[in-house]
Amino acid sequence: MPFARRMLVEERHWLSAEEFTDVLSLCQLLPGPNIVNVAVCVGARYHGVRGAAAAFAGLMAAPFFIMLALGALYTEYGHLPAVSAVFRGISAAAAGLVVAMGLKMAASRRLRSAMALFAVMTFIGIALMRLPLVVFLLGAAPLSVAATLWRAK
Amino acid sequence: MSEETLAQLAMDFSVLSLIAVGGAITVLPEMHRSVVEVHGWMSGAQFADLFALAQAAPGPNILVVSLIGWKVAGLAGAAVATAAVCAPSCVLTFVVSRIWQRFRGARWRRAVEDGLVPVTVGLMLAGGYLITLSADHSWRAFATTAVTAAFVLTTRVHPLWLFGAAGLSGLAGWV
Repeated sequence: MPFARRMLVEERHWLSAEEFTDVLSLCQLLPGPNIVNVAVCVGARYHGVRGAAAAFAGLMAAPFFIMLALGALYTEYGHLPAVSAVFRGISAAAAGLVVAMGLKMAASRRLRSAMALFAVMTFIGIALMRLPLVVFLLGAAPLSVAATLWRAK
Repeated sequence: MSEETLAQLAMDFSVLSLIAVGGAITVLPEMHRSVVEVHGWMSGAQFADLFALAQAAPGPNILVVSLIGWKVAGLAGAAVATAAVCAPSCVLTFVVSRIWQRFRGARWRRAVEDGLVPVTVGLMLAGGYLITLSADHSWRAFATTAVTAAFVLTTRVHPLWLFGAAGLSGLAGWV
């Protein structure tokens, strides 16, 4: 994201700093990877559907093919003892990265209130009770937004 | 692989697409539930491997679905899974980005933005918990996860270095 910001705001001047913040806050709210959403928003702003499609393709094409190549290598060599030993290490580290991101978000200022209860509820519902996400979100998301509205009164 | 599998991939991942607020990590639990628990397309350990690959490779983490699709149904699977997970959220973003400006400063807009934060945090923590259980099968693997998390939280070292170090310790037989 810092790279995207530098390119969009400082190098190409496609967005002002303020516009970038605005676009980013929307993109964090919408489903999908933030960086993909930013690309779609900026593309749409300049060239409508075609701009959005071009921005999306530009962002995703190379990583997609790299991913396919890696996937093919994994299928071919993944069962070799040495490779699976390396993967045991990398998978454990990748899990650590996710844990750290969750803890970082949890420690952020915006969560220090009764609203943290919703984070705990979500963890229990999804991680421990293994509820289907759609069903859970249909209940929890509106409640959480309503609670935020109520607290802001 | 059968067309049925492709249809299943398309359906599951396009639903994920519309609930992936914050990106791949928030739908990690649901992806795991669908791919490992419901359909039994792969083991939890394989799922954790693919997710690790997607995190280490360049590009958005959501591309883990390309890997899952590839593993389940080859090139067609990768294409279908990737399109399914991208199209719905992109169309939604496209449409909403055109009307969102109008609601700048609206009270409910702030409430929606702030209200989703705790749910997203809960989902990320759930994702970390589940992927740890999938990836780690020894106390040394759990230790690797814990050390990596500690490094990410307390230093600014790039995750790729951590992946490299963990991969080497795996090769050395320590994990």
